[in-house]
Amino acid sequence: MVLVFLQKQIAMLDVQKIRQDFPILSRQVNGKPLVYFDNAATSQTPQVVIDAIVDYYSNYNANIHRGVHTLSQEATDAYEIARKKVQKHFNAKHAHEIILTSGTTHSINIVATGFSNLLSKGDEIIVSALEHHSNIVPWQMLCERTGAVLKVIPMNEEGELVMDAYNQLITDKTKLVFTNHISNALGTINPIEEIIKKAHDVGAAVLIDGAQSCPHIKPDVLALDVDFYVASAHKLCGPTGVGLLYGKEEWLNKLPPYQGGGEMIDQVTFEKTTYAGLPHKFEAGTPNICGGIAFGVALDYMNSIGFENIAAYEEELLHYGTQKLLEIQGLKIYGTSKNKTSVISFNLENIHPYDVGSIVDKLGIAVRTGHHCAQPIMDFYKIPGTIRASFSFYNTKEEIDALVEAIKKAQIMLS
Amino acid sequence: MTIQEIQEEIVDEFGMFEDWMQRYEYMIELGKSLPLIEEKYKTENNIIKGCQSKVWVHAEMKDDKVEFTADSDAIITKGIIAILIRVFSGQHPSAIINADTDFIDEIGLKEHLSPTRANGLVSMIKQLKMYAIAYQTQLN
Repeated sequence: MVLVFLQKQIAMLDVQKIRQDFPILSRQVNGKPLVYFDNAATSQTPQVVIDAIVDYYSNYNANIHRGVHTLSQEATDAYEIARKKVQKHFNAKHAHEIILTSGTTHSINIVATGFSNLLSKGDEIIVSALEHHSNIVPWQMLCERTGAVLKVIPMNEEGELVMDAYNQLITDKTKLVFTNHISNALGTINPIEEIIKKAHDVGAAVLIDGAQSCPHIKPDVLALDVDFYVASAHKLCGPTGVGLLYGKEEWLNKLPPYQGGGEMIDQVTFEKTTYAGLPHKFEAGTPNICGGIAFGVALDYMNSIGFENIAAYEEELLHYGTQKLLEIQGLKIYGTSKNKTSVISFNLENIHPYDVGSIVDKLGIAVRTGHHCAQPIMDFYKIPGTIRASFSFYNTKEEIDALVEAIKKAQIMLS
Repeated sequence: MTIQEIQEEIVDEFGMFEDWMQRYEYMIELGKSLPLIEEKYKTENNIIKGCQSKVWVHAEMKDDKVEFTADSDAIITKGIIAILIRVFSGQHPSAIINADTDFIDEIGLKEHLSPTRANGLVSMIKQLKMYAIAYQTQLN
């Protein structure tokens, strides 16, 4: 039954047609057709998004929220339409609960800095062992400022969070819980519904880092009842330098502004300044206007393909890739949870991942090597890093075959 | 041989190769001839920063010449460091300090290696020269 459903979904995604939407996919690297498998780092950009960027700078480039002239009005309208698109996509209750930021890291820092005034010595913050450094370091800094204590949900050999341990860690001292929705290094999908519910039972707030999940699934922040959800446009076929912070209205009202500047004020005198309401309170200075508008177009594009289609097709690529790679002798995959997205992190026995990455690059294949900004995970497995191939809906099984051949070639050269 | 002569010799060797695969295979071979660092010197202090893989380098002065030994956990990196050590090891500190390293471009190393690795290469050269500067100070 499941198979029938999958086949039906796959039939609805015409990958060859989709590939034509991405100009970069037809280029060559080192004389070979580009095989782009570094999608977990950044996705490629479809022509409609590139066109939106060109259109903005060609026709209505202006500063927003302040000018009465036509260009400023047009740019403001387009920017606010984009915010509504983001709201609708993530199913937020209000558009002003969507703060447009420079990306996931910026979003996390707004929350982490804001909580400085809300925590006291001895309060506890829980993070997961699967975090990206950007979701570890801001909380460590917050703990240093407030005297709060950082606790870590451990992981198991499969690369999953140990939920029994989480249940032990959650107490009435817990004030905040932070975890990613999907691990960038391993692809594990974390049980965030359960994490959120348990945290709320003790009155703790939850921030979910959706940087890796948004390219694959459409999160519903209302249904999740999550307090903060953050993501970056550039993983979602959008431009770099723009992202979102979703926060429940009551939480965003509690947090102080992150930066001072234009746009975030209501009244300014040298004696006292009052701040603007949401979302402008957190959007000091001229934002990435073009980026925000293009982010909206990228969401439209991905929704036109359909996230169910994307998820079904990527699952197919994941199974195919896993099966083919495991046929290579001495290849070990890290992150073997049943709940994972199209990310395969692996190593060849006795060969440094960086050597493999260098060779496969020569063959036109882009993979990530290293610790993937998740050193604690590498320490857990006692490895210097991995080779990570991450697939997107515009990749093909033929490209996976090319990767497998390249890995075999690297193995021969490096053994 | 002087540093200049050794560099020319390496440029000639690499000039024989027609494609990147042969260059890489040769580099991997060279890595195997690297004068290995003693285990006791494989300390955090001797790790070169700026490389994605680990590189350890140790230097000693013998008869006014600097002798380098090294190791890496990545085989291609080992090849690169082997080339550098072949150029610099056994030379007077002042010669190492004053040596230019344009030969790296000529043998296509910088051009053919990824940016992060090339940065590692820069760090390696800097570290070898730092040792030479330290020993030069002793001689003065």
